[in-house]
Amino acid sequence: MTASILTVDDSPSLRMAIRIALNGAGYEVVEAGDGLEGLNKANAARFDMIITDLNMPNMDGLTMIRELRKSPEQCGTPIIFLTTESDDAMKQQAKAAGATGWLVKPFVPDQLVRITRKVLGR
Amino acid sequence: MNGDPVAAFRVEAGELLDQVEQNLLDLGDRLDDRDLIDAVFRGLHTLKGSGAMFGFDALAGFTHHCETAFDRVRKGLAPLTAGLVEVILSAMDHMRALVEGAAPAEIGNAILARLQQAVTERAAPVAPAASGWRLRFRLPPEAMANGTNPLALLDELRGLGTCRVTALTDAIPPLADLVPTECHVGWEVELRGAIARDDIDDVFIFVMDDMELTVEPLAPATEAPVLPAATLPAAVVAAAPPADSAPVAAPPAETPTRTAKSGESVRVSAERLDELMDRVGELVIVQSRLSQLAHGHHAGAAGELALRSIAEEIERLASELRDTMMVLRMVPVASLFNRFRRLVHDLARETGKTIELTTDGETTEVDKTVIERLADPMIHLIRNACDHGVGTAEQRISVGKSPVGHIHLSAQQAGGEVRIAIRDDGRGLDRVRIRAKAEAQGLIQPGQAMSDHELFQLIFHPGFSTAAQITNLSGRGVGMDVVKRTIESLRGAIDIGSIDGQGSTITLRIPLTLAIIDGLLVRVGEGRYVIPLAAVEECLELSLEEDLRSRGRSFITLRDRLVPFLRLREMFETGTRPDPHQKIVVIATGAERVGLVVDQIIGSHQTVIKSMSPLHRRVATFSGATILGDGGVALILDVVQLVMAGQHQEARLRAAG
Repeated sequence: MTASILTVDDSPSLRMAIRIALNGAGYEVVEAGDGLEGLNKANAARFDMIITDLNMPNMDGLTMIRELRKSPEQCGTPIIFLTTESDDAMKQQAKAAGATGWLVKPFVPDQLVRITRKVLGR
Repeated sequence: MNGDPVAAFRVEAGELLDQVEQNLLDLGDRLDDRDLIDAVFRGLHTLKGSGAMFGFDALAGFTHHCETAFDRVRKGLAPLTAGLVEVILSAMDHMRALVEGAAPAEIGNAILARLQQAVTERAAPVAPAASGWRLRFRLPPEAMANGTNPLALLDELRGLGTCRVTALTDAIPPLADLVPTECHVGWEVELRGAIARDDIDDVFIFVMDDMELTVEPLAPATEAPVLPAATLPAAVVAAAPPADSAPVAAPPAETPTRTAKSGESVRVSAERLDELMDRVGELVIVQSRLSQLAHGHHAGAAGELALRSIAEEIERLASELRDTMMVLRMVPVASLFNRFRRLVHDLARETGKTIELTTDGETTEVDKTVIERLADPMIHLIRNACDHGVGTAEQRISVGKSPVGHIHLSAQQAGGEVRIAIRDDGRGLDRVRIRAKAEAQGLIQPGQAMSDHELFQLIFHPGFSTAAQITNLSGRGVGMDVVKRTIESLRGAIDIGSIDGQGSTITLRIPLTLAIIDGLLVRVGEGRYVIPLAAVEECLELSLEEDLRSRGRSFITLRDRLVPFLRLREMFETGTRPDPHQKIVVIATGAERVGLVVDQIIGSHQTVIKSMSPLHRRVATFSGATILGDGGVALILDVVQLVMAGQHQEARLRAAG
């Protein structure tokens, strides 16, 4: 079965880049424009993995991750967040919030796909 | 061109693999065919080079080992055995998988182990014992709830090498205390193979900080050794004596010809299509005028005049259509230059140098086919510039230059050709080293006087390399001969300029288009031939008197310079009597000139180039054929080959006299 992935980012171009890369690798992609939309979509349907930015309007990524992990439905769903090389404090916070792993921006499509394969195990 | 470069690479790599595979299969029957050995080696070399450029690092690394093994065969350091051919053939399948995507590393490692065995079959030095790692790990309690899948981690470890996994169940609490979302099992994994510690750390990257992980190297194993891939090249290279004692490579095989790619496409601006449409519209109008004339009742002079006017119109339209059509095939060289940013970036990192790449003239347009065929030679040249040209920061500072190396790519249209220059600001070509190397290889006589131009041309000789060290990048003496042949097959030329301490510039001069050229139609015996007009310098008559005087020497004095000439009638063995007034067409490439003696000069001719059939492709003197107005066929003379023939003749005569 095709794995379906939710991507949460306020930048349409970044969402598109992620979608192209993941579609190319055979994954299904659903997009959300901010944390709140992401939270709603994640609770409405089941996703195999969630990729999220941290800085977003309405609800930031950290809050979204915390909210998701509160729900037993989302126990064990891999969540990857996008971060920058320098922001180590943010990385720790996101991990503490319950994220599975991270991807450093800027990234090339290959890295994204590799991380996805790694985390999904397929 | 504007499509996905990685997809383009896949297509290209597929063709390359097919070619190498074919050559390998042929080699299986003829183990000592040097041309085939060279061809296989070059194929592997190109695959490695372009693989690295497009980020196929696993492919590049894997291919490197096969290439190294074949390099030894090529240099005569190891015999080519059926076993080796067999191993490389199985390696091809693995490369194909790597080109398509991921392939399990253990398959690759197994092949490399067999490769090592095949290479050392006779010399049989004791292979180093296999090693590996023993790791024990326990995930942090919340890891599973947070999305980490322990099975995926174990699978990833399996991907690195042969694994023996044991579960550590000692920490599992009684059922009453067991929290189902936590991970209570630990693992002990025995991982065999040449695996970098970093690769193991990569597996655990996301959980590293909070988990328990111990990694210790395994003691050398005795059973079923899997040879460490990382030590392969070192072992092979160390066993090789210095390269210059190796025999000079056999004459190169023909450049691997690429079959036409299916589904090729080119982007064309709508404006240009409109222009083409206009011309076609005009053509239709003229055509209707012509048929009117054919059916009409214009008799005598009036009809003749009308016909002539239509003929003139068609001539104008044909040339306009030709120009419009050629423009359609043009793409800016930016598409080519952009590919090299990544290459230079990677090369800089690999060599530990800081290199800046600048470009200009990216909007210069070149025929699409030309751009595609230029990519490989340019990769070689840029690699050379990075590796040999630009020095390390320390070297550069010691001669008072800025520590940042600089490579400049430029493109410029000049008349009917495009000049693409690759300039570096390094040491420049080392004339002394080139000379010494050429003398050692027996290419030139010791102390032979040579111009810079002649000296630099030596670096295009197959197997010629002055690099003291074989690196992953260059120094195997492959490449430059391929560069030269590719450029020549495009009817282009290479100029090399170098100033000691200031850098070198390599200029590729490529004709604008490949499809149609202006030619000079000549007759030799009963056959007609086309000489590309761009190469023609002048035409003169070979007077009987001069002919007699030069008999046996085949030289004429042209403005105080001796110019060798070739009697095409004799070369082509026409068996006819020479015309009383023979003509000499003087052709030139770069600074070298040669005269061609023909029976008659017919005139200039718009030449639509048709390529030769596969049967005739190896005939060196001709680059193609064309169809004349009367339906006859004329062969197109290959100027570069003829000039070379002329130079040989000159050298022979110089040696004799």
